[in-house]
Amino acid sequence: MPVTEIKKDIYWVGVVDWNIHDFHGYSRSPQGTTYNAYLVMDEKITLFDSVPAKFQMDLYHQIRSLIPLEKIDYIVCNHVEPDHSGAMPFLMDKIQPEKVFCSKLGHRMLLDHFHQPDWPYQTVQTGDSISLGKRTVQFMEARMLHWPDSMFSYIPEDKLLISNDAFGQNIACSERFDDEIDLAMLMRESSHYYHNIILPYSPRVIAVLDDVAKMGLEIDMIAPDHGIIWRSNVPLILQAYRDYAEQRPNKKAVIVYDTMWHSTEKMAKAIAEGLMEEGVAVKIMHLKQYHHSDVIGELADATGIICGSPTHNNGIMPLMADFLTYMKGLRPVGRVGAAFASFGWSGESLGVLTEWLKSAKIEVVEPGVKCKNVPDHAKLAECKELGRMVGKAIVAKVEAQA
Amino acid sequence: MDKYVCTLCGYVYDPAIGDPDSGVAPGTKFEDIPDDWSCPVCGAGKEDFAKED
Repeated sequence: MPVTEIKKDIYWVGVVDWNIHDFHGYSRSPQGTTYNAYLVMDEKITLFDSVPAKFQMDLYHQIRSLIPLEKIDYIVCNHVEPDHSGAMPFLMDKIQPEKVFCSKLGHRMLLDHFHQPDWPYQTVQTGDSISLGKRTVQFMEARMLHWPDSMFSYIPEDKLLISNDAFGQNIACSERFDDEIDLAMLMRESSHYYHNIILPYSPRVIAVLDDVAKMGLEIDMIAPDHGIIWRSNVPLILQAYRDYAEQRPNKKAVIVYDTMWHSTEKMAKAIAEGLMEEGVAVKIMHLKQYHHSDVIGELADATGIICGSPTHNNGIMPLMADFLTYMKGLRPVGRVGAAFASFGWSGESLGVLTEWLKSAKIEVVEPGVKCKNVPDHAKLAECKELGRMVGKAIVAKVEAQA
Repeated sequence: MDKYVCTLCGYVYDPAIGDPDSGVAPGTKFEDIPDDWSCPVCGAGKEDFAKED
């Protein structure tokens, strides 16, 4: 992909990963992704972030199309996760920069990843500023967005925020800017990305957004480390992040389940009817078709989360355990849920699901519904009633907010 | 003695264990930890901790 000048003398020198559908080993990225790196051609030529080790030669050629690598003076590591730092050993060997800037926790992370105590580290913290010549870089720690080492780099002279993973999206494309692609698709991918990676740290997001506002930083371009660069929709994505972080109630529920002989599936559909009678939109997702990250993508704007599983060997189905583990780790706030289960003889899964949901701090409408073997009309009516009860609880939350 | 949770990363400070690597002996109540102490996992300050319920 050709390098792109994003501001005068500031270049995107990143790499597009067209085929990667497994993002970081826990989320799916059906549209691929990019690893964005930025080169500032000032008196001190500075590289911001890099790429995974497997793409180091691509990055080499990107930079080389502008300058020989040895001309780079500074490297800034905003985040040490291997998709942004994997090429570091290779780059350090080729470039031998004067300095490597990182946060204090970034320094620790770099040592624990690459075991090179002799690199010319210079640690920085919020408020520190360095001069590149015509420009300055102001650093702002963004701990737990989404790692302890994460930081932003702000160039006030260009009103440019280099935000590392924040505001990123998994989109592989030949376009580089937000106004060059479909905005609805872009916002969907931004939401999917946020909810699968940043959701647990939502309080931090609000704190950082408040700090940016308080500091009065003028930003007309946000250059994240994945996906397109924001230039025409900066206020939109900043507001979207605030909205995502606030997790306000919404009349939508996700019913997620696994099934062996379709009984649990029949119950799911009956529950959906009850929810819909209360004016709640529903999405039904079978875990054999949908990856846990897809379910979270739908849970983004859903207050209701209803989980169903058959009982198998005295427990829940493995795919449901996968989903519940993943969801609990993302710490969603303000959700209402319920459990439903089918069984052949022992029937533990309803209790297991209920306990899991409670441990994920979800407000559970109890006792849920369980069904032996195959549901008859009376059992399906019980399921529909559960749907109505959860629906009422969701509507009550929405109305309490208004 | 109350345990305290880091609201950023989830690390739990257990007074019975303390944080000896940072010089906080076992048996130290959270309130008595020096103000310049930070979460050993993510670096958050004391102000980012909440009592575990």
